[in-house]
Amino acid sequence: MLEIIQKPWPWYVAGVLIGLTVPALLLLGNKHFGISSAFRHICAACIPANISFFKYDWKRERWNLFFVGGVLLGGLVATQFLNNPNPIQVSEKTAHALQALHITTDNELMPASIFSFENLFSLKGLVFFVLGGFLVGFGTRYAGGCTSGHSIMGLSTLQWPSLVATCCFMAGGFVMVHLVFPWLMRVL
Amino acid sequence: MLFGIVFVKAEIISWYRIQEMFRLHSFHMYGVIGTAVGVGMLSVWLIKKFKIKTMQGETVVFHKRQFHWGNVIGGFLFGLGWAITGACPGPLFAQIGSGFLVVIVTLLSAVAGTWLYGLLQNKLPH
Repeated sequence: MLEIIQKPWPWYVAGVLIGLTVPALLLLGNKHFGISSAFRHICAACIPANISFFKYDWKRERWNLFFVGGVLLGGLVATQFLNNPNPIQVSEKTAHALQALHITTDNELMPASIFSFENLFSLKGLVFFVLGGFLVGFGTRYAGGCTSGHSIMGLSTLQWPSLVATCCFMAGGFVMVHLVFPWLMRVL
Repeated sequence: MLFGIVFVKAEIISWYRIQEMFRLHSFHMYGVIGTAVGVGMLSVWLIKKFKIKTMQGETVVFHKRQFHWGNVIGGFLFGLGWAITGACPGPLFAQIGSGFLVVIVTLLSAVAGTWLYGLLQNKLPH
């Protein structure tokens, strides 16, 4: 049993479990699945600075903060106790493409050549952590949601603005990987 | 918490999986998101069809989303960030839990980005 759990889970298992979050939250008390809202609640709770966008009763949305706290803990549990002993399988084509950009595929979930503290105060760190995070936070709020709020919750309830947003998420990702990335990795 | 476990175990939090997705080299992420949307759609349909109430006995309400240009501009900006960090907001938290502590910086930056949006909200095209 543990062996099965330790192996990477197939997409249909993950997809079903993530999809079931939608009705679970709705039936637990009319909660709408959306993770990027947590950033807004953190702002409202810690640094509201008299901005009207952050003036609301964030405590009523506390469940959202518990939810992301749970996600963090889940990450910890999965890594500590259910860890896959084998190195991560990356598709050969992607591995080759990354090799050409001098990113080696190591055994972890994230490339250590980028996601380490040594890079924090370099240009690389500035781009991958600070700029990347900033785009995620600013973009999701401007768009009114992220992959969970728009792509999963929004599409589940057949909202066409969410379909537009999802297509734009993908467009941004394709532009980054295919057009900006090759240039970026040369400069950094 | 289950959610975080799913994120890690299905390697959705992996930077490589996101790269594969945007390079069209792997079906994995499309399968995950596609199945999730399918299951979500089916359950929303069932809730509506059978008028299933919440645990507190309330009617389930759905908010209609209004289109605005932020869906496009903000969506595109998020897409750029998604490809760099290899994470959308949920997996960001799971990456930290998995021990990639440097991602805390990414998280703080995301909070800062949201804050700046709040500050500029009225000046941005919507």
